[in-house]
Amino acid sequence: MSFRYEIRLSGSGGQGLILIGIILAEAAGIYEGRYVAQTQSYGPEARGGVSRSEVIISDEEIDYPKAMSLDMLLAMNQDSCDKYFHDLKQNGVLLVDSTFVSQIPTSYAIKIPFTLIAREKLGREIVANIVALGAITQFTDVVSIKSVESAVLDRVPKGTEKINMNALKEGIKAAKQAKEELRKLSKSFWKTT
Amino acid sequence: MKAKLLQGNEAIVEGALAAGCRFFAGYPITPSTEIAEGLALRLPQVGGVFIQMEDELASMGAIIGASLAGAKSMTATSGPGFSLMQENIGFASEAEIPCVVVNIMRGGPSTGLPTSPSQGDVMQSRWGTHGDHPIIVLSPSTVMECFHITVKAFNFSEKYRTPVIILGDEVIAHMREKVELPNPEGLEIIDRIKPTMPPEWYIPYENNARGVPAMASFGSGYRYHVTGLIHDVRGFPTSRPDEIEPFMHRLIQKIEKNLKDIQIVDPFMVEDAEITIVAYGCVARSAKRAVIDARKRGIKAGLLRLVTLWPFPRVYVEKVAEQSKVIIVPEMNMGQISREVKRVNEGRSRVITLNKVDSNIITPQEVFKKIREVL
Amino acid sequence: MPDITKLIHNYLRHDKKFPHVWCPGCGNGIVLGSLIRAIDNIGLSKDDVVLVSGIGCSGRMPVYVDFNTLHTTHGRALTFATGIKLANPKLNVIVVMGDGDATAIGGNHFIHAARRNIDLTAIIINNNIYGMTGGQYSPTTPYGKRATTAPYNNIEHSFKIAELAICAGAVFVGRGTVYHTRLLDELIEKAILKKGFGVVEIVSHCPVQYGKLNKLGTAVDMMKWQKDNAIRVEKAKKMTKDELEGKIVIGILADKELPIYQDEYEKIWEKAGAKKIAQEGK
Repeated sequence: MSFRYEIRLSGSGGQGLILIGIILAEAAGIYEGRYVAQTQSYGPEARGGVSRSEVIISDEEIDYPKAMSLDMLLAMNQDSCDKYFHDLKQNGVLLVDSTFVSQIPTSYAIKIPFTLIAREKLGREIVANIVALGAITQFTDVVSIKSVESAVLDRVPKGTEKINMNALKEGIKAAKQAKEELRKLSKSFWKTT
Repeated sequence: MKAKLLQGNEAIVEGALAAGCRFFAGYPITPSTEIAEGLALRLPQVGGVFIQMEDELASMGAIIGASLAGAKSMTATSGPGFSLMQENIGFASEAEIPCVVVNIMRGGPSTGLPTSPSQGDVMQSRWGTHGDHPIIVLSPSTVMECFHITVKAFNFSEKYRTPVIILGDEVIAHMREKVELPNPEGLEIIDRIKPTMPPEWYIPYENNARGVPAMASFGSGYRYHVTGLIHDVRGFPTSRPDEIEPFMHRLIQKIEKNLKDIQIVDPFMVEDAEITIVAYGCVARSAKRAVIDARKRGIKAGLLRLVTLWPFPRVYVEKVAEQSKVIIVPEMNMGQISREVKRVNEGRSRVITLNKVDSNIITPQEVFKKIREVL
Repeated sequence: MPDITKLIHNYLRHDKKFPHVWCPGCGNGIVLGSLIRAIDNIGLSKDDVVLVSGIGCSGRMPVYVDFNTLHTTHGRALTFATGIKLANPKLNVIVVMGDGDATAIGGNHFIHAARRNIDLTAIIINNNIYGMTGGQYSPTTPYGKRATTAPYNNIEHSFKIAELAICAGAVFVGRGTVYHTRLLDELIEKAILKKGFGVVEIVSHCPVQYGKLNKLGTAVDMMKWQKDNAIRVEKAKKMTKDELEGKIVIGILADKELPIYQDEYEKIWEKAGAKKIAQEGK
């Protein structure tokens, strides 16, 4: 069976979801030589509204370019979490920005306050998307951190390389922590039953 | 060649530049705007000119003017703007001025669904302007194809002195895929044939073996008249039936005589197909997935992807009508190309339509379900 | 050979196109005469002149003259001209339009062309009516006058074309009449020579439609009206608003300097790093 990995990045317009979609596609497509298709759907608002970006990564030519059943969903606000959670396949990864998503539909969700991290540790909320991107690399092996780093450097505005690299690092760090907590959680889960 | 991640619209920009486009006039409209933005940046780098006009009527007029002055020219728009361009598309068709018009379809009618995909302009692209007229319409399905189709569109427009429409959809236009842009040197680029005889011998609209008169640029020493009125071989208005008739025939025939060159299709597993899907644009991608899934289950399905929509690739559709039991036509409209398929099918095969106008792309599952239904 | 015959031989097309479509008494022929004299006086090469028109009686003008000629769609002449000029800046692109053509269906193109300041010359023949379609009211039909689509009387207010052009930013604006032909020759010549967007509004007459519907007499009567009611701009400056009521102010109404689109675009080429390519003729 051929390999096809589907990621949806969702939230509101202005959160930079299309940009990290492009970066992911570039990392997987250009730096790792896979087939990629990145699409988006968005409303008429330049800021606000719902925004959704999808990346399909495959080892063969991609025919249908949109997601059919998600391997990973990033939800950067409550609306998108509610709306798209059901498109996740079984064992798919749900990654939420716990700064904005308070009602989480599954205990298996990975909750990281991307926006809070961006605001408090990096001083700029705008890089929350890159923090999330860092976290994404920890929950999938379709792209390596190195490729993502290169792709980020290609796409972010000149002069912002440092803060974006830091954002990526913070994302990775937070993801590792979350992973650890999840491991503990599932251990205790098995113990009690 | 270096691999790049490009949007369909960005690939159209690169294709236009590779084809030799040196003039773009346009008006912002979703989902085609990236083409204007791309050319505003890129055209000045190659000594070309970008101008943002006051509306689409003006954009179309400006690209015709630039073409008359010798520049390969293009505009890009979406449904509402395409409606406004129809007037001067007719002029370009009648006066035989090469130019390329990109229409990235969005949901209609009227302002419709500005950010959603659709395939609702298929008939408008053929019959949008008044009167009998020739037109060539091409529809890309991948980002790479956006590049090649754009080069092809310029080539056809130069070769046949006619406007060529690139009918894209929002999915293909905004999708990013990995592409490797070919070396410009390796591409076939066609330029209009210009007169070489002394100016006093030049008869601007005189018929020849190709049916396509040589075209002089304004300012090149060949002074002649260009008009949207039906004209004689000198370009002067005429109301003589014996001059009108041959003009109209030549206009139509220059395309009709060259269908083999103009009609492009991409067949996939059609050789033994009992169920053939006829599709184009983004929907052809869903159809391909459905065909693959059907084949895995032992269903003899195939896909005839139309790249040229107009002139309608009749012979290819007739061929699949001959051998298939069923033809399925999935479209993101209420049934446009399917009318043509039914027309040329002439009862040979069953033609089933699959239409979707809810702003979402037709999925592989939906096409597959239709295949199962008709089995 | 008299001068006029020389001009006719040199500038009018010798192959199939006459008789022309204009009615006896029409002002369009006088405008064409002025235009040819202006071009001849400047000494432009016929190969470098493009005459563009829209639709209507004025739209038929280019077909008679031996330039690069283009008869476009209704109201769009300036848009085609824009493309021609930008694709080949060495051409002298002159656009002739009527009042309906330039200020109704083409009104938007007209103000934007004026605003952009591309080096074009716009000649607008204002006869206050749609002549070719049979006498319907145009944006310059005066309030209270009659037309076939205003059979009682026109209740709309009219545009002043020259003033509209000035407001829209045209760098050169002149107004003449077909009666004052010497002034007209001069205005057209100056407009062509002016770098940037030049406009000449020409007050003309349509005895067959507007004149007849409003009982204004023959072509001669209508030209006499132009003679009696035209005031030179220099003189008009000393007159009161009341004194100027119903008069037509003629002469050069605006002449200013603004950066020209093509010159600005050359700077864009430079910024984009393509100046060299542009100079090599693409």
